[in-house]
Order: sequence, then structure tokens, then C-alpha cells
Amino acid sequence: MTRSRVIGAILAALVAGGAATAFVIAWRPAFAAIDPPQPQSFDAARVRRGRELAAIGNCSTCHTSVGGKDFAGGVPVPTPFGTIYSSNITPDPETGIGRWSEEAFRRAMRMGVDREGRHLYPTFPYDHFTHVSDEDDNALYAYLMTREPVRAPQRENQLSFPLNQRFVIAGWKLLFLHRGTYRPDATKSAEWNRGAYLVEGLAHCGACHTPRNALGAERASAAFAGGNVDNWQAYAINAQSPSPVPWDAEALYAYLRNGWHPDHGTARGPMAAVVSNLSAVSANDVRAIATYVADMSGQPAQSRKVRGEAALAQAKSTPAVETPASPGAAIYAAACATCHESGRPPPYGGINLGLSTAISGSDPRNLANIVLSGVAPVEGESSPIMPGFASTMNDAQIAVLLHYLRSRFSDQPAWSDIERTIAEARRTQTASLNTGAGARPASPDQAQRDKR
Amino acid sequence: MTTLKVNGREHQVDAEPDTPLLYVLRDDLKLNAAKFGCGLGQCGACTVIVDGKAVLSCVTPLVLLEGKQVTTLEGLGTISEPAPIQRAFMEEQAAQCGYCIAGMMMRAQALLLRIPKPTDQQIRAELAPNLCRCGTHMRILRAVHRAARLMETAALSPAEKRSDK
Repeated sequence: MTRSRVIGAILAALVAGGAATAFVIAWRPAFAAIDPPQPQSFDAARVRRGRELAAIGNCSTCHTSVGGKDFAGGVPVPTPFGTIYSSNITPDPETGIGRWSEEAFRRAMRMGVDREGRHLYPTFPYDHFTHVSDEDDNALYAYLMTREPVRAPQRENQLSFPLNQRFVIAGWKLLFLHRGTYRPDATKSAEWNRGAYLVEGLAHCGACHTPRNALGAERASAAFAGGNVDNWQAYAINAQSPSPVPWDAEALYAYLRNGWHPDHGTARGPMAAVVSNLSAVSANDVRAIATYVADMSGQPAQSRKVRGEAALAQAKSTPAVETPASPGAAIYAAACATCHESGRPPPYGGINLGLSTAISGSDPRNLANIVLSGVAPVEGESSPIMPGFASTMNDAQIAVLLHYLRSRFSDQPAWSDIERTIAEARRTQTASLNTGAGARPASPDQAQRDKR
Repeated sequence: MTTLKVNGREHQVDAEPDTPLLYVLRDDLKLNAAKFGCGLGQCGACTVIVDGKAVLSCVTPLVLLEGKQVTTLEGLGTISEPAPIQRAFMEEQAAQCGYCIAGMMMRAQALLLRIPKPTDQQIRAELAPNLCRCGTHMRILRAVHRAARLMETAALSPAEKRSDK
């Protein structure tokens, strides 16, 4: 055997070995297709439990498109890598999950693999769902399999090579998927552990509130330090929270349950759907989530406490009547103060802007979004509303207003490059208006709406 | 003094820069079509058109209107020569108490400027910020469709109309 032949053989062996290893890592067997189970075959209590869990998991937000049928998928999820469309999770046998067994469903939740053995993109947050217990997975399965089956074929993802090759996901999982159900921390209370189980698992809070790395995975070292989602900034919910008044468990509970808090304001953007869903789950679970999240921040530092008290005192003091000295002040007086200094309690009166996280945050993006688009009413719910000012103010006028709000209502340094943020916010806002995303749809469950 | 362009005419207005446009229209210029409903930008009764777009005049301060064109319902048509949108609302009897209707017409007009033949869904979405307590919504919906047809006819020049025959 010549030298080159030996090298060739070694190379061939390496390639074959590599391919075999890749195959073992990437290949997952298919589960046999089943006949869709009869809805009556599921225990009613388990289905009810599944409904609450689906609300905690915020499933409907990604799996129900605006004006579409519940859980029929097709929602575009923009990512830095391309657009991924959510799947149909109704029990339709051909286009949904009607032929999935309970075991296949659990594997999807735990490992991000569909019934036929294909890897699912991690926009489906199985890096969190892997922590969900078998019992809860089975309840979710019971709930989804008793929904109305909807025929809605999967929309084609818009991803470029090599990301459109699903074996690539196997490599991502090797790096970032840490499997295993939640293990309680014996040094903490039962409520804290319940909260941790939900927040780290099904509620997947970190999917938005934790920043992501270049490969789109959450950065474990910066857990809950704030992220970006759908052109909104998801604020830090750990000790780095930019809210003027520090959050505590009581305030978090009220906010998550009602959608607003008098010291913090209203949930909006992608968070609006989350609180809408949480309004319908058991109070104990929301309280557990609040307890765990509040504990992430721990007790606020003395300086934060002082700052919070100052913001509250300023908000409660009667505003001085003055002739607006600047264009920003004039815009604020006519367009904002009528609600935000009305003294009417939220949600129908706006909060004093000295309490607004959007104004004290590091990024003006959320404030630009809200000034442009306002807060749309939710069909079938009593909810806060605010008119949008996209037609009323041009970008330069919004910049004047935002600079004024920042300097008057926060002790933080002026924002830089605010014009670019506003232009970008207007561009994405126009895009979303053109796709017909107007009023936010209420929770798909009538029962959830009725609970409000 | 601020210069304000309303319905094609320039007006010199003696008002503070934070004065809402609605107050100037009603109190200074005596243009009373736009109504004061809530004063909070939440009911739509005060809607007028600024540079082609529907705007809530009760929360729009004068300072924002420099160099812009304001159109109120009075600028669209008159009693003897109503504009298509006004004719359509009359023909469909879309007003009951009528308080919201001026705002409804202005927002519908802005929609038709942008989308000449809107769908039901587009009209509903566009008019969602305008509240009507009487419940004439279905008539308003029909009136906007009718206005779209009337405008289409009006848009054809006499020569085009002849060649149609």
C-alpha cells in the first residue's frame, strides 16, 4: 500500500466515521402515526389543566395568526437567520398533530423533534420546554388534541443554506439544549420552586428577556438581563431592571394578573398577550412566577429604593401649571398630559411618566413604538388604550418629544441616535399595519376572556 | 401668532403652541364639524385630516401643524354640493344622533384617499378608533362602500365617461 493510499484510507475512514457520528447525533426515529384520538377519550380535568398550562406557555401567541383559527399556526417569526413559520398544533390528521401519539408530543417538547423524527427549529422554545414534567406535557397534549381540528398546511420557512438543512439543528442542540426536567431547590420554598419550574420551563420567560448569542441561543451568563423580540426591547427582569420603582413580588403578581400596575404602567408589545393569558390561570401559579422573578432581583440597593421613592413622590405631587417653554413641552402638554397627568387611576388614566420604564430604559425603542402606534384596544376585554401619533407627528417632532420626556421624567443620560430608532420603529410599524395586525386579538379561549 | 392652513385658507391664530387644534377650529375659526367627545384621543369625534391622514384634533397641539394642511368636514363639501362621502352617509342614513359622524366621515375619507376600494375588514380596522354609541355601525360600513363607488364615478372625467358608453 502506498503512502498516499494509506492517507486516503484514513481520510475515508474519518469521513465515514464523522458521517456515522453525525448520523447518530442527528438521526431520530419516527413514531408511528396513530388514528386521531376521540376528544371524549380524554379526562375532562386533565383537559382543563392543559388549558391553563397552554395559557402559561403562551402557546396561542405563536400558534394563532391574526384573524386565523386557534392554534392553526402560520405566524411568521422573524429571526436574525430568516423567517420561520409556526406550525399547526390542532389535531388535524394531515396538517396538524392529529396523528401524534402522547409519546411523540412529549419528545417534541423535550427534544424538539417532530413525530416523523425531523428536528424542529429552536424558535419553538424546547430549550425551556425540556424542563416540563411528563404529567404537564400529557395535560397539554390532552388540551390540544381536544381543540377544533383545522386544515392549514405548514408555510415554507424562509431560511438560506445551510440553515434550511434540519441536521444543522442537531449541532445547535448539542451546544445549547440541556435536557432534563426541573429539579427543586430544597433550600427554597415550595412557591419559589413552583415559580422556578414555570419560569424556566413552560412560561419560557428567558426566550425574550435573556439576550441571545450569535447562534441565537440564550446567553446563560446573562440570564434575564434583557433581550429583543419583534422590534421591542424585553426589559431586564433581574437586578438590572431599568424600572424607576423597583419591582417586588406583589407588584409583579398584580401586573402579570391584570396587565398593569399603578407604579409601573401597562404591559404592551409582545408582553400584552402574555398577561392576557396569565389573567386566566390559577392565582397560585401567577403568584409563584412573581415570587421567583422578584427573587432574581433580590432586595433593591438603597440607591434604587431612594430613586423609586422619589419617582413615586414626584408622580403624586400636583403638577405645576406652566406655559410650555419648549416645543417638546408643548407637544407633551397637549398630546400626553391630558391622560398622563389626569390623576385618573390606571388602566384608564395613563401613569405619570416619571414611573415609565420605557422612558428610563437604555433604549428608546419601546417609547418610539408606543408613541407611533399607541395601545390598541383588545376585543372583548376591558383594557387600557392610547391613541397612536404616527399620523400626527413626523420623525423630527417625535424626536423632540422623546428628548423632552427623557430629560424631564428620568435621571438617565440623553439617548443617542434617537432619530434612527424612530425611523426604524416607523418602518416596522408600517410593515405590521400593512399585514393587517390592528387590534390585538383577545385570548382564543372564550373562557379566558370571560374570566377577566 | 401662528399661521394655520385650514381647508385651503391661511389663518392667523392667536393661541399658545400647546393649544389643541380642536379648540382653534371650534373657538377661533368657528368650524364646528369636529366635535369634542372625550378630549383624550379615545373616541374619534374630533377626527380631522392633516396632510391626507386622519388625526385626533383634541390631542394635536398647534406646534405640530406648522406647514401642514388641515382639512375639516367643511372643506369636503357644502350643503348644496355635498362631497361623495357626505352624500353616501346621507343616502345610507348612517347618522342617528350624529355626534360621531363627522369624525367617522373624516377617517373614512382618509382611508379612501389611501385605499380607493377598501374591504369590509379594512374599513372595520380603520374606523375602530371611532366610537358610535347609537350603533349605526352597519350603516356606516355600507356608507363607506357607497362613498367608494361614488368617488370612483366622480373620478372619471367627462371624456372617460363618454368613452365608457
